[in-house]
Amino acid sequence: MVADLRRCVGCQTCTAACKHTNATPPEVQWRRVLDMEVGTYPDVKRVFVPVGCMHCADPPCMHVCPSTATKQRADGIVTIDYDLCIGCAYCAVACPYQARYKTDKAEFAYGSEPMESEAKQFDPKRLGVATKCTFCSDRVDAGLEKGLKPGVDPDATPACVNSCIAQALHFGDIEDKASNVSQLLAENQSFRMHEELGTEPGFYYLWDKK
Amino acid sequence: MSDFGPKPWIQRHWDWRAAANFVFGGAGSGLILAAALVLPLGPARAVSLPLGLALVALGLTCVWLEIGRPLRALHVLINARTSWMTREAYAGIALFGVTVAAFFRPGDWMEVLLGAFALLFAWCQAMILKASKGIPAWREPKLVPFILATALSEGAALAVVLALAYNMAGPLTYGLLALALLARAVTWIFYIAGVTPKLSGAPQVALTAVTPALLWIGTFGALVLAVLAAALPRHFAMPLALASAAFAILSGWHAKRTLVTRASLNQGFALPKLPTRGAR
Repeated sequence: MVADLRRCVGCQTCTAACKHTNATPPEVQWRRVLDMEVGTYPDVKRVFVPVGCMHCADPPCMHVCPSTATKQRADGIVTIDYDLCIGCAYCAVACPYQARYKTDKAEFAYGSEPMESEAKQFDPKRLGVATKCTFCSDRVDAGLEKGLKPGVDPDATPACVNSCIAQALHFGDIEDKASNVSQLLAENQSFRMHEELGTEPGFYYLWDKK
Repeated sequence: MSDFGPKPWIQRHWDWRAAANFVFGGAGSGLILAAALVLPLGPARAVSLPLGLALVALGLTCVWLEIGRPLRALHVLINARTSWMTREAYAGIALFGVTVAAFFRPGDWMEVLLGAFALLFAWCQAMILKASKGIPAWREPKLVPFILATALSEGAALAVVLALAYNMAGPLTYGLLALALLARAVTWIFYIAGVTPKLSGAPQVALTAVTPALLWIGTFGALVLAVLAAALPRHFAMPLALASAAFAILSGWHAKRTLVTRASLNQGFALPKLPTRGAR
């Protein structure tokens, strides 16, 4: 995933698209956009920063998980098996990006009773276990089965990326030199959050052209 | 500032129940380790082993009450390859087995095994914290020796009380307590010196606030009372030893509770570079 910080306007459409797609309960945002103020008056900047699971190449959440519920796919996406997870939240304290949530009881937008749309998507398997962004892996897999290209074809691309009004979010295969994300990283200067921790996050932030 | 804003905030995933696992598990494994090191065969040792196991079990029960899917608790045993929580569970099971065996069939090798598995359990607890990369106060490597030293000092304090209760206290029992308390004070000083420059705000204040209680009451106060207890007849020694143990144990528990529930701020989010406006 690549987020162009110069383009993000903090509209939170990605957050809304994620919630709509994944039916996350209140206060659970697998894709969040931070509204950061940097500096002191009068030299102040406002920066919008999309965050969530960074799908690290060396994920501490996976290493600490006692039940092997957290796994890493061959394509790098870090997943959670809700049937294995015991809800110990060790992964949540091991994650340097605060990307994991645990909801112990069913909650909905308007209290304990779900709206029709929420009732349709409600999954009791997600109660009492860790949850986080999946990079819409079901959607990616379904798209790949149809021969579509993740990051290019919307039906094989995460909902947050599809919804971004400013084309600030991009998704693709970083190991493919010709992919959209590889091109963006080649043309721009980028960083990853908390790189000093050695988790090798799979989420890159663009901040200037080369 | 929103509670989930970009600056660090206290993790809310592990509360007093997780802290209780470190508190009771440390004291329990420390007591078994102390029994293996200094308690001779007799009633004090016979009480210390089940008491140590009970404390470990109490800690594990507390953490079991915290997990979201308690009926799946046995899944904790799956990932011994990389998870210190799994290793703690196996170390706990082994400790139970060895302690029961040592209770019924004591022997030199059994004491070695007893001490080794008690130490292993405390080590796993320390490594659980160290592997938590999301919490700067926990991932500090200098925390590991402190967790080990605090487990031993709590165990040694309990061992002194039990030894006195059964008139079996000797220089070894008091010596271990003194050594463990000094080790705890030294490891705490090193930990604080190592971690506080990496922290700011609430966790730094919470940790440094522990220092006077741990050093003055938990170390100096407990040592003075233990020396007096060692020097005086048993009749006078008991209340002094009890007070010394209380100082040693409560200050250690206070430090661990603070570590888990009050100093456990994450590192928030940080941008090494700001976006250049108008670049494209």
